Amino acid sequence: MSAASAPPRPRVGLFATCLVDLIRPSIGFAAAKLIEQAGCEVVVPPQTCCGQPAFNNGDRATARDLALQAIDAFQGVDYVVAPSGSCAGQLKKHVPELFEGEPDLSRRADAFAAKVFELVTFLVDVRGMTSVPARFDGVVTYHDSCAGLRELGVKAQPRRLLESVQGLTIAEMRDPDVCCGFGGTFAVKYGEISDAIVAKKTDNVMAAGAGTLLAGDLGCLMNMAGKLQRQGRPVRVRHVAEVLAGMGEEPAIGEPTRGE
Amino acid sequence: MTAHFTSPAFKENAHQALHDPALQRALGNVESGFIAKRRKAADKLPEFEALRDSARDIKNHTLAHLDLYLEAYEAKVTAAGGHVHFAPTAEDASKIVTDICRRIGARTVAKGKSMISEEIELNAHLEAAGVKPIETDLGEYIIQLRGERPSHIVAPVIHLNRDQIESDFRRVHSDLPAERDLHAPESLLAEARGVLRQKFLAADVGITGANFLVAETGTSIIVTNEGNGDLSQTLPRVHIVLASIEKLVPTLEDASQMLRVLARSATGQEISVYTTFSTGPRRPGDVDGPEEYHVVLLDNGRSAMLGGEFREMLRCIRCAACMNHCPVYHAVGGHAYGWVYPGPMGSVLSPSLIGVDKAGHLPNASTFCGRCESVCPVRIPLPKLMRHWREREFERHLSPATVRSGLKLWGFFARRPRLYRLATRAGMGALALLGRGKGRFRTLPFAGGWTATRDFAAPEGGTFQAQWAARKERA
Repeated sequence: MSAASAPPRPRVGLFATCLVDLIRPSIGFAAAKLIEQAGCEVVVPPQTCCGQPAFNNGDRATARDLALQAIDAFQGVDYVVAPSGSCAGQLKKHVPELFEGEPDLSRRADAFAAKVFELVTFLVDVRGMTSVPARFDGVVTYHDSCAGLRELGVKAQPRRLLESVQGLTIAEMRDPDVCCGFGGTFAVKYGEISDAIVAKKTDNVMAAGAGTLLAGDLGCLMNMAGKLQRQGRPVRVRHVAEVLAGMGEEPAIGEPTRGE
Repeated sequence: MTAHFTSPAFKENAHQALHDPALQRALGNVESGFIAKRRKAADKLPEFEALRDSARDIKNHTLAHLDLYLEAYEAKVTAAGGHVHFAPTAEDASKIVTDICRRIGARTVAKGKSMISEEIELNAHLEAAGVKPIETDLGEYIIQLRGERPSHIVAPVIHLNRDQIESDFRRVHSDLPAERDLHAPESLLAEARGVLRQKFLAADVGITGANFLVAETGTSIIVTNEGNGDLSQTLPRVHIVLASIEKLVPTLEDASQMLRVLARSATGQEISVYTTFSTGPRRPGDVDGPEEYHVVLLDNGRSAMLGGEFREMLRCIRCAACMNHCPVYHAVGGHAYGWVYPGPMGSVLSPSLIGVDKAGHLPNASTFCGRCESVCPVRIPLPKLMRHWREREFERHLSPATVRSGLKLWGFFARRPRLYRLATRAGMGALALLGRGKGRFRTLPFAGGWTATRDFAAPEGGTFQAQWAARKERA
C-alpha cells in the first residue's frame, strides 16, 4: 500500500480525566499508547474536568460551563477518548441533557457527544482492535464500573483484549457488575455506607483468587485499592489500560513510587 | 396528625443499621432471594424487554389522560353500585375510611396489604376512632405484632430473621401450646392462618389496596401470594379499596400486560398466586361479596407531580425491583430511609410527598450505579430523577455547606484551565512528596468519610498534562 492511499490517521483528543491527570498520570500515558497502537494520532488539549461532580451534586450552572469548555477545547479532533466510563458517560450521555431546548448549543453538544468514547470501547468497537502486544504474568479479576457498564455498554470489550495478553488469566469474581460503593462524592458524604459496599466487593475480589484487580475507572479503583490496603489484603490494583499497554510492571495504585 | 418520619436522620439510621448484626444477617436474603429469580424469569420470556417498553407506554398514556380515565373509572364504579371518594390529602383519606367504619358501627377491620394505608397512617386513625385494624398479610401481621413499619414494599419483614418472628409468635399467641414446633417457615404461616381465619369472619369491613384500577370496567385488581386479599374483600359487609390515583390503567388488556411484568420484576414469579378482580358490591344472585363497595382515591401530592419533572415516577407499579437491586438498600435496609417508601423509588417519591427539606438525604444517598433503572419494569430513570432532587436542593441552598463550598472552590479552578494547571501541579507535587514513602495516606483533611476506613492513594507526582507537555517539548 502506497503512502498516498493509506487511510488518514484519525486525530484523537485524549480526555485524561481529573483523577488520572492529578493522581495517576501513568494511566494517561497507557491510554495514549493504546490509542496510537490503534492507528491514531493523540493530542491532549488543555482540559480540567468533565463536570460530573457538579452535575451530580445539582450544580447545573457549573456543569454547563465545564461542558462548554470541553466542547471548545476538543473542537478540532475526530474523537474524544477518556480512560473512564464515568467521565465518558458524562460527556457522551449527560452533556447533551444540559442543553436540551437550546437549539444552537444543543446541536454543538450532540455533535461533541457523538465523538466521545470510553477508551476500551473505542479500541475494540470503533478501531476494531482484537488483541494487544502485551505480556502480564498473573491472574486478574475485572470489576465492571457502573457508568461504563450501564451507560456505555462496557463489558465484553475489556475482557476480549485482556484475553489476548500473553501470560494473563482472568478469574471472574462474584457480582463483578455490582457497584463498588465509590459513587464520586458519595464515598465521602456517605462514607460509612460506601465502606460497607466496598467491603462486600473486596470479599468477592479475594474469593476470586486473583493477584490483580483491574477496572476501567480510577475512582472505583482507588476506592477498592484503599479498602484492600486498609484490610491488609495483598491484591494489587491497576487500571485495565496499564496492563493492555504492557505497563503492568509499574507500582500499582497506592504503592510507593520507585526511588528516583 | 402529620406524617411520622425519620428521614432527616438518614445517616444516623444508616449507622445503626450497619451495626445491627441481626439486620445485616436478614438483609442477605434480599440479594439471594430476589435477584437471581427476577433474572431467570426475565430471561425465560423472550419478549420481556418489549413488555417493559409496553408497560412504560401504557403508564405514560394513562398519565397523559389521567383526568379522563379517572372520570371514566368513577362512572363505571358508580354504575356497578359502588362509591368513589376522592381524597386530596392523607388526612382526608383516613377520615373517609374512618367515617365509613363509624357509620356502620364497625368494630374490626380486616386489611389486605396496602402501602397507601401505611402512607396515610390509617391504622393509627382507625384505632383513634375505636376501630381495631387487623393486618391479614403475613408480613404486615408480623409488623403489626411488633409495632413496626414495613422495611420493603413487597416483603414487609425482609429485615427480620425467622427466629425473631418465632419468638414474636410465642409471645403473642400465648394461648397455643408452648411446646409446638415453629421451626419451619411454613409452620409460622399455618399458625398465622389459623389465628387470622377467625378474625376474617368477625371483621365488619375489609380494606385492600390495589395494584391496578381499570377504567374500562371500574375494576380493582390486587395480587397476593397468600389469598388474604380475597378473604379481606369478600367476607366482610363492606369492602373499601384504598388506592392512589396513578394506579389507573385504561383497559383489562392493559392490566394483563402490566401483570406480566409486575410479578416477574417483583418476585420472579410468572404470575402471583392470587390475582383478584373486584367490581362493585355483591349483585343479586352472587353467592358472596360485600354489601357496600367503596374506592378511596388518594392524591396526596401526586397530581402536582403530573405537571413537573417527577412525573415519570408516577409510572411506578411498586414491584420493588429497584430496592432489591440497590447496593445502598442492601447495606442499610428499608427502615433507614425513614418513611414508607425505601430504596431508589422512595428516594424519588418521598421528597415529593413529605418535602425535600425533610427527605433530602434520600436522593443523595445513591452511588448512581444505575442498577435500579436497568431493572425497572416501567423504565423510570431513577438516577436522573434523584439528580433532579439534588438540583432542587442546590438551588434552594439545602445541600450541606461543606459540599457547597467544596464544589465552589473546585468549580473556580475547573473553570480556569491555566490556573487549574498551575494549582494542581503544585498541589499534587506537594501531596506526592508527602505520600512518597508509603504511596498512600491513612488520613486526609476533608476526606475523613473516606480515610476512616480506606487508604487514599497518593499522587504519582507531576500532573499528566504537565508531563505530556514536557514530553512533547523533548520530542
